[in-house]
Amino acid sequence: MANLQLKKVEKVYGNSFKAVHGIDLDVKDGEFMVLVGPSGCAKSTTLRMIAGLETITGGEIRIGDKVVNNLVPGDRGIAMVFQNYALYPHMKVKNNLSFGLKIKRTPKEKIAAGVENVSGILEIGELLERLPKQLSGGQAQRVAVGRALIKQPEVFLFDEPLSNLDAKLRASMRVRITDLHKQLKQSATSSTVVYVTHDQTEAMTMGDRICVMKDGHIMQVADPVTLYNRPENEFVAGFIGSPEMNLIPVKLSRNGAPAITLGGQTVTFGNQLASRLSANLGEKLTMGVRPQHMQMVSSETENAFSGKVSHVEFMGHEVNLYVAIAGHQVTVVIPGDHYNPSMLSDGAIRLAPHESRLHLFDPETGQNISLSQD
Amino acid sequence: MTSLANQPQTLLEQARAHNARTRRNQMISTVVRYGILAIVGFIMLYPLLWLVGASFKTNAEIFASPSFIPENPTLEGYQRGWDTSTRWNFGHFFLNTLWIIIPKTIGTAISATLVAYGFARFEFPFKKILFATVIATLLLPNVVTRIPQYLLFRDLGWLDTYLPLWVPSALAGDAFFVFMLIQFLRAIPRDMEEAARVDGANTIQTLVFIVIPMLAPAIISVCLFQFMWTMNDFLGPLIYISSVEKYPVSLALRLSLDVTEAFQWNQVLAMSALTLAPSLIVFFVAQRYFIEGISTGGVKG
Repeated sequence: MANLQLKKVEKVYGNSFKAVHGIDLDVKDGEFMVLVGPSGCAKSTTLRMIAGLETITGGEIRIGDKVVNNLVPGDRGIAMVFQNYALYPHMKVKNNLSFGLKIKRTPKEKIAAGVENVSGILEIGELLERLPKQLSGGQAQRVAVGRALIKQPEVFLFDEPLSNLDAKLRASMRVRITDLHKQLKQSATSSTVVYVTHDQTEAMTMGDRICVMKDGHIMQVADPVTLYNRPENEFVAGFIGSPEMNLIPVKLSRNGAPAITLGGQTVTFGNQLASRLSANLGEKLTMGVRPQHMQMVSSETENAFSGKVSHVEFMGHEVNLYVAIAGHQVTVVIPGDHYNPSMLSDGAIRLAPHESRLHLFDPETGQNISLSQD
Repeated sequence: MTSLANQPQTLLEQARAHNARTRRNQMISTVVRYGILAIVGFIMLYPLLWLVGASFKTNAEIFASPSFIPENPTLEGYQRGWDTSTRWNFGHFFLNTLWIIIPKTIGTAISATLVAYGFARFEFPFKKILFATVIATLLLPNVVTRIPQYLLFRDLGWLDTYLPLWVPSALAGDAFFVFMLIQFLRAIPRDMEEAARVDGANTIQTLVFIVIPMLAPAIISVCLFQFMWTMNDFLGPLIYISSVEKYPVSLALRLSLDVTEAFQWNQVLAMSALTLAPSLIVFFVAQRYFIEGISTGGVKG
């Protein structure tokens, strides 16, 4: 039972490259925290610093109430699942599972009980006598999880554990790991998880909270719904959600109702948006609107942008439209049921953004300036 | 009409003839290739075969015929050669050789593994310079260091003991082995060792339980090389060992060359054949690991 705290944690490499810029992160006891970000954002480095495989050059890491900065990985009360499983190739599955306990001189009966318990939970009972090279990817993955589970650590660390599996297996392992976490939580065993991934689907579906990282900085930490609906900055807005949020440079005028101008076309919004904007805003802003939040409207409707459809992707349940509005590429997703090829016969389209789902970002700082204060 | 009807048959026959010709050509080419290989192989093996054959000949016959099949096979060479002209028989010298080889091989395996592990996996001050030094000793001709080494060991009072033969190897003095193991280790991903550290293993436990089992093929190769090279080493014992009692076989072989005036060639050859045997046997027994150890060194992903 332990929480995990990172306080101003820094990592500077020998060649004075600063990989992690003083990050603060608080993972609550029993929480499933996902670190997500593009490659090179230092999410794996952060995880390895928590594990103790990488030294930290500044700040403090706490697990429970003890500072673990200078503890070796074995004494930190953590267990880790590696991307390529890192099973010991010369040991049978059974010995792979029990290695950590043997090193800690756990009594034999306890080890046997642990192996039995873990192999029951993960359904790897028949694999115990096999060598890692005789396992399939999914099986090796389960053994790797088992090796972490058997140690009953305070914090579980996962380093992109599903990235070597095929799509179908990945989906089922995702569910399995989430279920496992719930089970642990219910049985009141320690179940704090830090999970690194670059896949936003994994992040959104598995995490209690998600920590979005970029270039060694934390961009936002929030639960999936907040992250999707209230991104604090342009980066998070663009990173979370698929297809990506449209981010378009626009002009805002506030003579009366707020009006957004994009390449000569002006759309006027109402009080909802006005109430979210503070008084002193510049004129040039970046408008962010998700593809799902642009509505196709009839050509007579006012307060909509006109564009030309350049490309259509019919996916079945939904349709992706690629639209050019005044030279800017905009993606729009409409439900498949509403789609009829004839409605795009001349390529002209009129799109109205949902006022309540519209975001405005400061183009210089990237901060979202349209979040209401509540 | 008839010509048209017959045409398919002619075509079929032509095709069959063509196939037969191709098969025949392939056969001839195979025979020629293997023939050449066999002849060249035989030429290369001939000195060895001759050695074994001649060891069963009488002294008179050895230089009389170039054939390796003895006319009157005799074991005299083996019997007399085994007894030697000294107080000790050849078995004693074999034991001496083993007494040199076994500690040396064990020492090499342990020290080279430790040093290679250090270089391949840890960062420490002056690592680059130290590694360059190791590689430099690899490039340095052995002869260059003989005299300084001799002086050093003389001052330590180690002359006429096996220490000058054991100690350098037990301190990872054989840069080649260190280099070979480093290359092998570099090809093994670190994840397993990191997993072991997370599992609570310290550096030595990681080395013993995780690294050495994965490194086993390379370590076996190192042992084999060291075994064979030490078995065949002549110069080392010649320089440091002076009392006949402590001679290994490589020196004992030479012994039969200077004590008698007329060389008993069949004795020398018989003992040479015996001396070759251990290396050959060890090589064939461990061939699988040997090849695995060398070939996977650079390319294993």
